[in-house]
Amino acid sequence: MRTTPKWLFPVLALLPVLALYGCIRVYPIIETLRLSLFQWNIISRRKPFVGFANFVELAGDPLFLEAIFNTTIIAFSVVAITIPVALALAALINTRQGLRRSGVYEASVFLPHVVSLVPAAMAWKWIFDARLGPLNALIGLVGIPAQSWLFDPVLSLICLIVLCSWQAIGYAVLIFLVGLKNVPEALYEAARLDGASSIQAFRYIAVPLLKPVMLYVSVITLISSYNIYAQAFVLASDVQGAPGHLVRVLVLDMLENSFRNYRVGYAAAEAVVLLVIVLILTAAQFRLFRDRSRA
Amino acid sequence: MSEHEREHPSVVGQSGAVGLVIDIVLGAVSLMMLLPLVFLISNAFKTPPELLAWPPTVIPHQPTLENIVSVLGETPLFRWIGNSLVFATLSTASIVSTSAIAGYVLGKFDLPGIPVIFGIIIATAVVPFEVYMIPLYLNVQAAGLLNTWPGLLIGYLIMSFGIFLVRQYVMTSIPDELLEAARVDGAGETWIFLRIVLPLMRGPLGALAVLAFFQAWTAFAWPLVVMTNKETYTLEVGLALFQTGFTVDIGRLSAAAALALVPSALFFSLMRRNFVRGVAASGLKE
Repeated sequence: MRTTPKWLFPVLALLPVLALYGCIRVYPIIETLRLSLFQWNIISRRKPFVGFANFVELAGDPLFLEAIFNTTIIAFSVVAITIPVALALAALINTRQGLRRSGVYEASVFLPHVVSLVPAAMAWKWIFDARLGPLNALIGLVGIPAQSWLFDPVLSLICLIVLCSWQAIGYAVLIFLVGLKNVPEALYEAARLDGASSIQAFRYIAVPLLKPVMLYVSVITLISSYNIYAQAFVLASDVQGAPGHLVRVLVLDMLENSFRNYRVGYAAAEAVVLLVIVLILTAAQFRLFRDRSRA
Repeated sequence: MSEHEREHPSVVGQSGAVGLVIDIVLGAVSLMMLLPLVFLISNAFKTPPELLAWPPTVIPHQPTLENIVSVLGETPLFRWIGNSLVFATLSTASIVSTSAIAGYVLGKFDLPGIPVIFGIIIATAVVPFEVYMIPLYLNVQAAGLLNTWPGLLIGYLIMSFGIFLVRQYVMTSIPDELLEAARVDGAGETWIFLRIVLPLMRGPLGALAVLAFFQAWTAFAWPLVVMTNKETYTLEVGLALFQTGFTVDIGRLSAAAALALVPSALFFSLMRRNFVRGVAASGLKE
């Protein structure tokens, strides 16, 4: 038996992974933070340090403010739609647990979450299409005039919210179903003995126990909605190629500043803003969790 | 978190009228969730006049392959599907192997610095990819790797959640005694990892593989900026650019989208169990 030092295997095994982490995670993250303090037009040689000037400029940049406004509206609307709808669906599916059709329901609701983003967005683009889409035909039946859904700034925001909610619901339902299965049966039995109806039992037993899960799903959904890009790219891109009617979201504005305007430092500052938003949401989640477990 | 696979007689077995109403509601919701995708596929086979028909038909009256043929003639769609397959497969292989080895070491070896390393890995998990994408792009560009496989893959070689998942599993489900017994028998560490630990990790690695594949398959912003050559597009990017460059030819757009949708829907139905397990695990990490 050879005697190799005990630390040799773990160190050798970990090194390549750590090297990867250093090169493609830690270094670019630090570089983003650093670049946000520089004014760097990628074509020019000069790269002066400007302190927080990029952030000051962002605060007065109408395009950025529009982007952050839109993204925030989208993120919070998606959560406001997704959480209650998913909770109701999970509760209903849970009552059909063990039946074969419950698997069909689960799969149908979950499928939009897992199919490729772009084809799914294209399906919705057809639904919202002003001339050929079934939505206008449908509202026309009840006498509402046709709307140009994807060209109106408010309506296109609504379309994006519908698309993102449609995708997010399946994930929330899945997590809620796992949560519902973990509710101890004894609690339901006790409630039944006390004469509670199924709806009451759900409202006063399952919902309070699911609160941490609901909070978790809300934060995950918020964070992923703050990062949306492909959906906006597909849904709101103009077929005629005129970029005037894009729904400006945060990532889109950032990529445009970096790759179209070549303002890398400025785009990095936007990335830092995105990071701060995500960190605040994550911290809020931990905070609420802790408060809850203390109570 | 314990996994109880118990029945809930009090909530299960709503029968009679209430059960019927629940089934109707769930059936309607399921249908509505699927309808956009169903129409997408059916539009792919419709002739131009039928695309304008109201109400839209689910099964085309005169199905035609013309949209699909014309799309395949105009775009290297199969090539894009192939690109996405290669990209997702390589990314999955890298994520599964790095997560397996790092998760095992972080979960079972007690060296100074390990908590710090784990802390860093978890901390970077919070940072969205979009945040550090630009410096990563500049590095890839500087290395001359734009429009190459390595350049595309660099963004998708590791996954913090994967390491977390494996570490969690190793700590709770692989007893120290098992590893000690093998060491007493004279087994080397590499042998123990490959022959004892790895086979035991099949469950979580399967779930992780599906998640990783799905993540690469649906990646958008990164492939969009790194692969700028029509021949090197991934499916999602190729399709998204195809639909911006086109007039409102719903038939052909739907045909391209439907062809792109089929692999992901197929993959999901084949891997549904692993998928659900992976997504559920990612939701319960707290």
